[in-house]
Amino acid sequence: MSALGWTLLFPLLGALLLGWMKQPQRAAGLNIVLAGLGLAASARLALTVLDQGTLGGGQFYVDAFNVYLIALTALVGFTTSIFSRPYMAHELETGRVGAPRMRLYHASFQGFLFTMQLALSTNNLGILWVALEGATLATVLLVSLYRTPESVEAAWKYFILCGVGIAQALFGTVLLYFAASRVITNPDEALLWSVLNANSAELEPVVMAIAFVFLLVGYGTKIGLVPLHNWLPDAHSEGPTPMSAVLSGLLLNVALYAVVRVKMLTDGALAGGSVHHPQLAGLLLMGFGMLSFLVAGLLLHRQRDIKRLFSYSSIEHMGLMTFAFGLGGPLATFGALLHMTVHSLTKSAIFITVGHASQIAGTQSIDRIRGLISTQPGVGWGLLVATIAIAGFPPFGVFVSEFLLLSATIESWPWLAVPLLTGLAIAFAGLFRHLHPIVFGTRPEGQVALPVNMLPVYLHLALVLWLGLAMPGFIARWFDQATRLISGSGLL
Amino acid sequence: MMSGYSTLPLPEQAILTLAAVILVTSFALLSQSRVIATIRVFAWQGWLLALTTALVAWDTGRAHLYISALLAALLKGMFIPWLLVHQARKLGILREFDAVIRPGVTLLAAAALVIFCYSVALPIEQFADSITRDAIAFSLANVMLGMLMLITRRKAITQVVGFMAMENGLLFAAVTATQGMPMVVELGIAFDVLIAAVLFGVFFFHIRDSIDSLDVDKLNRLSEVEQ
Repeated sequence: MSALGWTLLFPLLGALLLGWMKQPQRAAGLNIVLAGLGLAASARLALTVLDQGTLGGGQFYVDAFNVYLIALTALVGFTTSIFSRPYMAHELETGRVGAPRMRLYHASFQGFLFTMQLALSTNNLGILWVALEGATLATVLLVSLYRTPESVEAAWKYFILCGVGIAQALFGTVLLYFAASRVITNPDEALLWSVLNANSAELEPVVMAIAFVFLLVGYGTKIGLVPLHNWLPDAHSEGPTPMSAVLSGLLLNVALYAVVRVKMLTDGALAGGSVHHPQLAGLLLMGFGMLSFLVAGLLLHRQRDIKRLFSYSSIEHMGLMTFAFGLGGPLATFGALLHMTVHSLTKSAIFITVGHASQIAGTQSIDRIRGLISTQPGVGWGLLVATIAIAGFPPFGVFVSEFLLLSATIESWPWLAVPLLTGLAIAFAGLFRHLHPIVFGTRPEGQVALPVNMLPVYLHLALVLWLGLAMPGFIARWFDQATRLISGSGLL
Repeated sequence: MMSGYSTLPLPEQAILTLAAVILVTSFALLSQSRVIATIRVFAWQGWLLALTTALVAWDTGRAHLYISALLAALLKGMFIPWLLVHQARKLGILREFDAVIRPGVTLLAAAALVIFCYSVALPIEQFADSITRDAIAFSLANVMLGMLMLITRRKAITQVVGFMAMENGLLFAAVTATQGMPMVVELGIAFDVLIAAVLFGVFFFHIRDSIDSLDVDKLNRLSEVEQ
C-alpha cells in the first residue's frame, strides 16, 4: 500500500479499534503508537512528493501545498497524543470523566485525525466537504465530554453553527459542480480539483463568484472568521484540552486550506475580469481576514478564561493568514504558509501547557492561576516562552512570517500596514496583561506540581525557533514550491 | 422567461411544480408550532424530495439518481422522522408546542428571503435553461427558510428539524441544478446526515440532563465578553 494509504489507514483503524478498548491506560498507549505510525507514513509521503513532485490525480491528489499540511497534521496529532496520556489520566483520577467515556474520547480523537487527513488529501471537492462535516461530527461529543451545562451548551452551539455554516459551503459546492458540468463532460471528474484547476479559465465567472461567496461563508465558519466565529471560543474552552490543541492547531488550518483551494479556482475563472473584479476572491479574504484579526485582538483584553483567551488568539492568527492569502503574491503567500505551520505548532504547544497549568491550579480562570514558575518551572517557563513566540517576538518563526506579511502589505497596500501594526500591538498587550501574574505571581498555598510530559511543548518550540533562526533549505524549497502553485511565482 | 413555462416539457413542469410544493412545506414548517406536526411536515418534505429525485432520474436517464431517491426516502422520509418522533415521545414533548416567535414577522421575513434568493440566482439565468435558474432559487430559498426556522425556534428538537430541512434544500439543489452529485459524494453526504441525526438524538438527552428542559434559550451561560 502507498504511503498515502497508510497515512489514512492508521487513524481510521485507530477510530475503530480504540472505541472497543476497555482499559483507558492501554488505549492511551495505543493512541500514541497509532499517531506515531501515522506520522511515519506521512513523513514517507512527504519525502516521496519532495522527490517526485505531485502524486495522484484521481480521487486523491497530493502536491507541495497539501503534503506539508498532511505532515504537520500527523506531527501535531502525534505530540498531542503524547500530551493526552498524562492529562486524561489526571482527568480520570479526579473523576471528571469515567472509563466508558475515555473510549469515546480516544475513538473521536483518531476519527478526527482521519477526517483531517482525508480532507487534505482528497482531490474531490465534494469529499472535502464530507470530511470537514465529519470533523465536526467527530469532535462534537468531545466538546461535551465533561457533560457540564457549559460544555453541553458549547457543543450544541458548535454543532448548529458549524452545521449551518458548512451547509452554505455545500451549496457553494453544488454551484461549483454546476459551473464545472458545463465545461467538463465526465460528471465523475467534474468535482476533481486537479481537473477543475486545469480548466479554471473556462468556468463560468458569474456562477464561480456566487459559489465562492457561499464556500467562503461556509468554510469561513470553520476557520472562525469574524462574524462567524461565535462557536470557536466556547468549543475550545469547554472540551478537554488535547482537543483544544488539535482544533486550534489543525481544524482551522484545514478549513483555510479548503478556502485557498477554491480561491485558486475562482481566481482562474475571474481572471478575464469581464464580469467581476478579477481579484474578487482575494479582496473578500482580505476584508474578512483583517476584520477577524482586529476584532479578536480587541476581545483578547476582555477574557477571564485562559483557554478562551488563547482561542481568541487563534481567531486573530487565522484572520492574519486569511488576509495574507487574500493579498496574494509570492511574498504574502510564502508568509501565510509559514504562518500556518508556526501558528499550528506554537498554538498546540500553548494549549498543552495551558492544559497542565489549569490542572495544577484546578481552574481555568485567569484570575486564579498564579505563580506557575515557582510551582512547576517547566510549565511556567513553557507558557511564557510559547506566548512570547505566538506574540511574534524574534527569533521565533512567527516573527519571520509576520515580518514577511508586513513587507508584502507595505509593497502592495501600504496604508493597510497601519491597522496591521496596530492590531499586532493590541494583541500583544492583550496576551501579556494576563500572562504576567500567571507565570510570575505568588504561588497559592497548597498548589503542587503534577506529573506532566513537556516534551511535545519543547519539541514544538524548538521547531518554531529553528524555522525562525535558520530555515533548512529543503523546507524553504518546499514552501517555495507551494507558493509557486498558489501564486504562480516563487520567492527563491 | 415568464412566457416559457407552458412550453417546457412535461417532466420539467412537474419538477418545477414539486419545487414549489417543497417551498410550501418549508413555509408550513416555519409556521407549525406543534412538535408532532412539525415532524410530520418534515417527513412529507423528505418524500417530496425523493419523488423529485426519482422524476429527475427518469427524465435524464441517470440510473444512480434512483439510488439517491431511495436514500432520500429512507433517510429523510422514514428514518429521521421516526427517530425524532421516538425521541420526542421518550422526552415527553411530542404533544407540546414550540410557539413561533412573532409569526407575522417571521413569515414576512421568509417571503423577503425568497425574493432575495431569486435575486441571487438572477445573474445565472443567461447561462442556463430556464428550469435550472428557478431550481437554484427554490433550493436556496429552502436552505434559507430552514436557517430562519433554526433561528426562530427555542426547542432543540424543532431546531434539528430546521437543520435537516436545510439539508433537504441542499439535496434539492444538487438534484435539480446538476442532476445529482457524483455517487461517492452523495453517499458521503448521506452518511454525514445519518451520523448527525444520531448525534442530535444523543444531544437531546444531554441538554435535558443539564438544563432540565429542551429549551435552548436557557443555554446562555457562555458569552463573548465574560462578566
